[in-house]
Order: sequence, then C-alpha cells, then structure tokens
Amino acid sequence: MYKLLLCWRYLRTRWIALASIISVTLGVATMIVVNSVMAGFSHEMQTRIHGILSDLVFESHSLSGFQDPQWHMDEIRRAAGGDIVGMTPTVAVPAMLNFQVRGQWVTRQIMFIGIDEATHAQVSDFGRYLQHPGNRTQLSFDLREGGYDTVDSQSETTTPTRPALEGAGWQHRRMRVERERVWREKLEADRRASEAALPVAAGGSAGPARSIDQQVDAVLAATTGDEPPVASPAADAAAATRADPFRQARPEEGTRMDPAKEQFTGIVPGIGLASFRDSSGIDRFLVLPGDDVKVTFPTAGTPPKAVSDSFTIVDYYESKMSEYDSNFVFVPLATLQRMRGMIDPQTGLASVNSIQIKLRDGADLDVVRDKLRKVFPADLYAVATWRDKQGPLLAAVDMEMSVLNILLFLIIAVAGFGILAIFFMIVVEKTRDIGILKSLGAGASGIAGIFLGYGLFLGLVGAGAGLALGLAIAWNINSIRVGVEWLTGQRVFDPSIYYFHRIPSIVDPFTVAWIIVGAVGIAVASSVLPALRAAGLHPVEALRHD
Amino acid sequence: MTEVATDILRVRNLRKSYQSGDTRLEVLRGVDFDLAAGEFVSVVGQSGSGKSTLLHLMGLLDAADSGEVVLAGTRIAGLPASRRDRLRNTCVGMVFQSYHLLPELDALENVMAPLMVRHGIFEWLSVRSAVRARACELLDRFGLGGRLHHRPRQLSGGEMQRVAIARALVTQPQVLLADEPTGNLDEATGAGILDTLCELNRADGLSIVLVTHDAAVARRADRIVRLAAGRVDETCPAAERKAG
Repeated sequence: MYKLLLCWRYLRTRWIALASIISVTLGVATMIVVNSVMAGFSHEMQTRIHGILSDLVFESHSLSGFQDPQWHMDEIRRAAGGDIVGMTPTVAVPAMLNFQVRGQWVTRQIMFIGIDEATHAQVSDFGRYLQHPGNRTQLSFDLREGGYDTVDSQSETTTPTRPALEGAGWQHRRMRVERERVWREKLEADRRASEAALPVAAGGSAGPARSIDQQVDAVLAATTGDEPPVASPAADAAAATRADPFRQARPEEGTRMDPAKEQFTGIVPGIGLASFRDSSGIDRFLVLPGDDVKVTFPTAGTPPKAVSDSFTIVDYYESKMSEYDSNFVFVPLATLQRMRGMIDPQTGLASVNSIQIKLRDGADLDVVRDKLRKVFPADLYAVATWRDKQGPLLAAVDMEMSVLNILLFLIIAVAGFGILAIFFMIVVEKTRDIGILKSLGAGASGIAGIFLGYGLFLGLVGAGAGLALGLAIAWNINSIRVGVEWLTGQRVFDPSIYYFHRIPSIVDPFTVAWIIVGAVGIAVASSVLPALRAAGLHPVEALRHD
Repeated sequence: MTEVATDILRVRNLRKSYQSGDTRLEVLRGVDFDLAAGEFVSVVGQSGSGKSTLLHLMGLLDAADSGEVVLAGTRIAGLPASRRDRLRNTCVGMVFQSYHLLPELDALENVMAPLMVRHGIFEWLSVRSAVRARACELLDRFGLGGRLHHRPRQLSGGEMQRVAIARALVTQPQVLLADEPTGNLDEATGAGILDTLCELNRADGLSIVLVTHDAAVARRADRIVRLAAGRVDETCPAAERKAG
C-alpha cells in the first residue's frame, strides 16, 4: 500500500521527474503524428494505385497480345469461379505524344491504353478521376461542349485552381478555328498587298509560290500566337491510311474535315502530360480539351512499324499518382485495335494484350492469382495483383515507415536515459527515506516496487500526454498547417509538389497502442536500475545519510 | 531485585566490526545484554562505544559478525531477509534522534506507514479504518489530535518526535528501541518525551531500550547498561534505580 501512496506523492512533488518525461511525451506525440501522416499518404497512394489498376491484371508478354479476349475471359471465369465481378479487355502500348505549343512541338513518352468505355468502369475507379462531370458518370470519347470542372473535384477546396478549363471543349475548339481563320485571311491580305507593291523586277523568274497553308504554318510557328495551329487533318488521315492498310474507312477520309464541327478520335491523357502547377497552386495547361494532338505508336505486325495519327483531347485524367498522370493516355479500345492492325481480317477476331479483372469484395487476391497462374502458362501470360504491380513502391513506403519508427523510438529511448539519470538522483535524495521504510519493515522488493511503480506512473503520464498531443495534432494537422503558413508566410505543404491539397492523416489505434506500450515499457525499463540500487541500500547507512 | 520475566530480547557475545579502508574497526567485542518484558533499560556510553550499533543489531537493521540475538523467542541469525523484515515490522518499534519521518506524508500517514508496509493493497482496504482509528487515538494521546494532517516540516521537534513514537507504537511492538530520542530537543521538550516513554513503560508495560549519552536521561530508566570500547562495562553499578 505504501508503494502506491509514495509513488503518488513523489509524482506530485518531484517536478524534475515530470520534466524528464517531457521527452517521452514529445517522442510519443511525434510518433503518433508521423505514423498517422505516413499511413495517410500510404493509404492515399494505395487508393490511387488501386483506382487505376484493377484487382488482377492478366497480360500477355507480347505487345501484339492474344486473340479472342472473350474466350480468355470465359476461361478466367471458369478458373477463378465466383470471385470475379467484372472484366474488361485493354490494349497498352508504349507510344509518343506530340502537340504544338506556341509553334513548338512538344513530345512526351506515354503508355497508350485502349479501353472499352462500356466495361472499363466495372473494374476500376477510372471515371472518378476525370474532369468533366458527365464523363465521371459515363465516359464518352466525344468532345463535350463545355462544363469542365475548374475546381479539383477530388479535393475539398472550393477555389477554382483550373480556370483554363472553363472555356475547354467545343467552345474552345471553335474559337481556335475562328482565330486561325482570321490569321489566314490577314496573311492572305498581306500577301496580296505585298505582291501588288512589288515591282515587276521579280518578273516571271519568281520561285514557285508557296501555298497559303504553308505560309500560315510558317508564320504561326514563328509568331507567338495564343493557340497551336490546327493540324492538317487531311494530310494526317492520308498518312495514317498509307501506314496502316487495315484501317477502316473513316467518314471524313478524302474530304477536308471541318475542325469547327468535327473531331478526331477522342483521347484522355493524364493531366501531368500537358499541365503544370505553379507555386500559387493554379494548374496551367499547355493544351486543352478540344485541341488536337498526334500520337505515334507501334503496329502489331512483325516487325512493328510506327504509325501516327491525330487525336482530339476530350478530357483529362487525374489519379494524383504522378507516375500515372504523366504517363497514361486512354483511347477507345476498338480504335486502337484497328489502328494497330490487331483485328484478324479473316476471322474478325480482335486481339488485346491484357484483361483487367475485378474481384468481389473480400476475395483473396493472391489465391485467385495463383489459381489463374496454374491454368495459364507462365511463358505466355503474366498474372499479377495490383500490389504485385506496385510491389517495390509499396515495399519502399513500408520500409520508410519502419526506419522512421525505429529512429523515433530511439528518441524515446534517449528519454529513457533521462529518466534513468533523474531516478538515480531521486534515489540519492531519498536515501534516508528508503532507510526509514526499511526500518519500518519494508522489504527490498517493496522498495524496488516504489521506484518501478514511479517509473510506470511517469511513463503513463508522459505517454498519456503524448497521446493527447499526438492525436490533437494528427486530427488537426491541416488547420495547424494553415496556422503555421499564416504565421511564417512560408508554404509548409506546397500543392505544386504534392498532388494533395491537404495533408492526409489516418490514426491507426493498433499503432497508437504499440507506441504507448513501447513508451511506458521504456520508462519502466529505465527505472529498473535505480530501483535495484534503492532496494540494495543498507538500512543503517541509508538512515545515516544526510 | 531483578524482575524475572521472559526475556523479550537476549543478546549473547555479540560482535560487529566495520571495514574502513585498510583498518578494521571493531565496534562490538562481545556484548551480552538482556531485556525483560516490561523493562526500561538505558544504554549509555561515549560516542563510538557501540551503543547505536547494538541498537541497530537488536532492531534487525544490521547483521552481526558473530554472537546471537534472540528477539521475542526467535533467533534472528540466519533468518531470510523477508522474515527479518516481517519481524522488524511486527516486534520492534524504533525511534531515532532525528525523528526520521517521511516528508511526503502527513502526521497521520506517517503513523499509519508501518501498517501500510505490513498489509498489501487489498488487505489495507479492509483494515484501513481500524488502523486509522488506532493512529488517531495514539496521536490524540500524545496531544497531536489537532495536527493529523500537518506535514513533518510544519511540526516542531517535540511534535515530530511524538509522531515518531506513535508510529513506533502503532504496530503494538514487543520492544521499543529509542536512539537518542531527546538528542535534538531542548531540555523541557526532551523531558516531555521522556515522560511519555516512562508513562508507556509504566502504564502499558512496554519494554524499552533507550540509547543515550546523557546521564540525566539515562537515569529515568529502570536499569542502566554502560558500554565502553565495545563491551558492557561491568565496573559501573549494575543498575541504578530511577529516582521517582
């Protein structure tokens, strides 16, 4: 009984010991905050990875893919049984994206992915990441009139960070065409004026007159026009046809298409391919939905040949995983199959090079993967879960968390040594009291118990305060960030670096429990030595101690 | 006219030495001493004569080199530490020159402390009110009824010593060992403490060993034992009756 009473009294009267546990408090608070934020980031990242990758990806090793996806899907369904909720075939090829910005051609290396608009939404959250509300409910590769979000639909902010998207769509396309027409007319007028003004000196020996189109292109390339010039669709179409003999006839083929009324095949590029975020958090776009771009990709033949075609951007896709947002460009599956020559002219069967599989909730991904691996030979097909696909990244994050935890626990261990030192001091200070207790019949274990109990109390108080502080910070981290930014004028969390507008934070009770147990354990462990010393004091010498 | 009664305390040929550096300091060189039940004995001697050491050995605070101490019929040599602790808690009450109260506890808690040591936490809950009543009664008897919740530093020397005596008595020990209980007190207060001890001896039949270097204090006891150079000095009168 005296142990409890004395622990309690010491706790209330020895402020120096409370000072020693401030480091425990800070250590615990830091660990809780760091773990919560790391868990938040990790969760966000996994959600995003998973949002793009379906649960299971069934791929062929060859770029040409495999024929008859329907047969493969039936086989997969037979092998995996009732775990499959949805499947969609896709074609993914490495490709090159070109677009013109102020007269300069910009080239990006991309992954060109053909998706089936009808079924793709069954297997991934793809639609959620698009910028047009209509496309989010049902994806369409037809250009929309307008109405793209100027506010990031995935963040909680209400400030429009994408003002440029306001005019995107058909309205933008028509305006651009109109501007180009004015340019052309102006140039034509200039040319006529200069021809009239020219003396006859040039005579008939003037070189072959350049066509208006060529001149327009040349001038547009040299000046600082606001928008890139229109691609020359007829020429593109002709080139594409030449490169791809299997191409089906397109309605506009052979005619000059009217860019103000017609579009090329729609594509949805990742937002990172054609935009950047400035330091004020505003996204600036190099090209907008409604603009035309060129994509060059390999055909399915052997050896593959590069073909090029024009496409119209119809939306942007933003998963907030920069790896995907600056790499992926989505296109209708059938168009890509046709352009790459993946449709067998005799049987009419199309090829795909992967099938995305969605499993029912709670299904064990690894089990289904292993089932499929048994059925499909590994030298022809690769079956992987979304975790396998991002294994190194996820492993790196896990490792980062472990290392951080070890380092932070060392902080608490350092605090433990502080407790050790202060406890030794208290034992020396209390030597006479220890002698008194021994003269009253207290045993060595009882005396040790006082100091162990004291260590436990201090640990609990320190960890408790740390818990409160840590949770308060973890739950209010964004308000704190805003406060710190306001105080210092510095951006703490720069949205141009991170894709998140707010710091994610997830408090995992299990982790918190471990941190508390660890911190209290360290406090008790560091009171063991002083406790043993106190227990071993000789009563007579202790009583004589001044 | 030695009162023949069962000896509460019997000490035979007790030896104790301390190592200090290279030299070995022999403090007790074969002390024989008996304390009968209900007896009040003073142990006197010069500084360094070994009085305090004898008291510590009898109070089980220290272990002798050789010789034996029998406390309430139990030979204490070779007892395991837990038995010694128990015996010290139940059979012996000790009072010290510098009071030795626990500064974190108030007067009442200090008095209850030995019984808190004796009982575990659940036992304590059941005996708490009885112990508290007894402690209050003791403090009341010593005139400290109004100072139950004062900390030691709020009490005077005499008050502290009376709290210490109450603490020593709360366990109802068979012997009270007092080491210079008046040493830090002025004459009047010291006399009051001595009156208290005499009263306890006479009224309650408490056996008391009082260590002092003050002859006047020693004379209040039934018998005086003089220690010199680590032995009982047989040359002095074996017993000096107290005046009153």
